[in-house]
This record gives sequence, structure tokens and C-alpha cells, in this order.
Amino acid sequence: MVGIVVVSHSRKIAEGIHELAVQVAGTAAGRIIAAGGMMDGGIGTDAIMISERIRTANDGEGVVVLADIGSGIMSAEMAIELLEEEKIDVRLADAPIVEGAIAASVEAACGSSIDNVIQAAEETRSMSKRY
Amino acid sequence: MSARVYECLKYIGEKIIENREYLTNLDREIGDADHGVNMARGYTAVIEKADTDNPDIGGILKKAGMTLLSTVGGASGPLYGTAYMEAAKVLAGKESITEEDFGKALESAIAGIQKRGKSVKGEKTMLDALIPAFDAYTQRIAEGGGLTDGLECACKAAEEGVEYTKTIAATKGRASYLGERSIGHQDPGATSAMITLKAIRDFIKG
Repeated sequence: MVGIVVVSHSRKIAEGIHELAVQVAGTAAGRIIAAGGMMDGGIGTDAIMISERIRTANDGEGVVVLADIGSGIMSAEMAIELLEEEKIDVRLADAPIVEGAIAASVEAACGSSIDNVIQAAEETRSMSKRY
Repeated sequence: MSARVYECLKYIGEKIIENREYLTNLDREIGDADHGVNMARGYTAVIEKADTDNPDIGGILKKAGMTLLSTVGGASGPLYGTAYMEAAKVLAGKESITEEDFGKALESAIAGIQKRGKSVKGEKTMLDALIPAFDAYTQRIAEGGGLTDGLECACKAAEEGVEYTKTIAATKGRASYLGERSIGHQDPGATSAMITLKAIRDFIKG
């Protein structure tokens, strides 16, 4: 299964999204991994920690990363670069973090390819909240 | 020489730590008031965790970059982290630095920041100090100046660049949420970049 890594400045946001995505996708908790905040629990993002979480999330089918804002995106990109030599198919989704993580998790839990998982995440960009 | 590089990193760190409140106050005006705190935390870790026995200058700088990535927390983590790691690639295997090496390392560091931040000059960022500094450095070296001369010119250009950031609106980073309201305020990232260059100059001058 394609792994999902959720990057946020806040550990609580990342863990909350993890909890929700696992519940909605009905998948093993270990396939969706939170990478929020600093190692000491403070607000911020840590590219080294994110790269380690991506490595953990990868079972050979690749990893889709969802990130929140600003330096969260920068740290996620940095983490992906740090793994360049490791032949992990890891991609950052251009998607809102909550909706994207849930859509990607559901798609990944169905056994879809990384292309389909990232597409599912990115399609949430156009989801309207006005009915 | 490698020990000198560690001493220089330590000196940069001390200057950043000295300016913690100043940088944080600048960031309070147009950002989220964490630049000084974040940078000081990062450099404290850089000083603690440095490979002081490593003869390879590239190795020392790579380690510094990796440490900043995991300790700064804000945008300056991946930005300065990338800068050090790109400079490290240029200086890999070297045990001494010529004025030409320094120029190439600075050029790569700037290219790394531009790539990481998807930014160009004129967006009220650290690039507004660093790019003019690099241009001034290169010109002085081309005229036959040495490392110290080049750094004098670089620091002067960086100072002017920092002043210039007061006149423009931010279009990148947290300050861009303020748009035109950011005019009149000095950019904290450009300021920490200037402090870094001045620390290198002062360290080399001794």
C-alpha cells in the first residue's frame, strides 16, 4: 500500500489528521504517519524527522506527502531531496492537508497506485464547501 | 583550517544569538515573532553538535546544515539548511578555502535558497541581502581583491540590501500576508543574512 505522511507545524494537527484518516480509510494505523511539530513537541517542522517518517511509511509502493503551510511545504520538499539516493517514490501532493490526506488514505487503502493516490489527493483542491 | 571553519561557524552562531531579540522584534512587526528565537536555537545546536575533528570543510558545513534543518523549526531552517548544504557540496574534500572557493560556495548557497524558497530578488527576503553581496564580492575579486576585501564589499552591499527591504512589499513568506502593509519594515531574514556575512568578515579579519 502507498504510504501517507502528514506534515504540519503542529504535532496535534498531524496526529489529528492521522487519527481521522485511519478511521475513514479503515486502514492499518502504521500506513498513515504523522510528522508534525519539532522533536521536542514545539511548533515547527523538521526536515530530518520528516525524511525518517517517509522512510518508515514506504513499503516499496511509494509515499505521498501532505503538508500544511509555508515552511511545512519547504521542509517536506527538503525531506524528499534528502532521500534522493534511496530510490523511494515519494511525492508531495498539491492539496489541502485535511481533505487531501483523507482522500489519499482512502485511495491508498484500496490498493491503488501512487499515481492514483496523488490524483485523489489533488482532486480535493476543487471541492467546494457550498452546496 | 578546518578548525578555523568550526570557529567561524561558532562565531556566526554567537552573533546570531546576540541578536536574538533584535531579529525576533523585526519579525514581530511583519511575521510571527520567531526568527531570532528559531535561529538562536538552531545555532546553539550547530555549535554543540559540530564535527570539530572533521578535516573536510564540506563535511563540517553539511553537518551544520543538517542540524539547522532539524532544530530551527521555521522557514529559515530549510533555507539556511539548504544554503549550508549546497555550500558544502562545493567545498567537499577541501581543507582550505581560497577567495574563489568562497565565491563559488556563496553562489551555490544562494542558488539553493532560491530553489528552496522559489524566490527571486526584490521579494523582501534574505536574497535581497545575499544577491547584492555576492555580486559585490565577485566584482571585488575580479578586480584583484582578496577574501577580506571581497567580504568588506559584500557586507556593504548586504547592508544596502537590508535597507532596500524597507522600501518594498513582501510577496514571499509569512510577511506576504501583509502585502503593502509590510512596506516600511526591515526584513528579518535579510537582516540575519547580513549578520552572518558580517560575522564571517569580522572572524576573518580577526
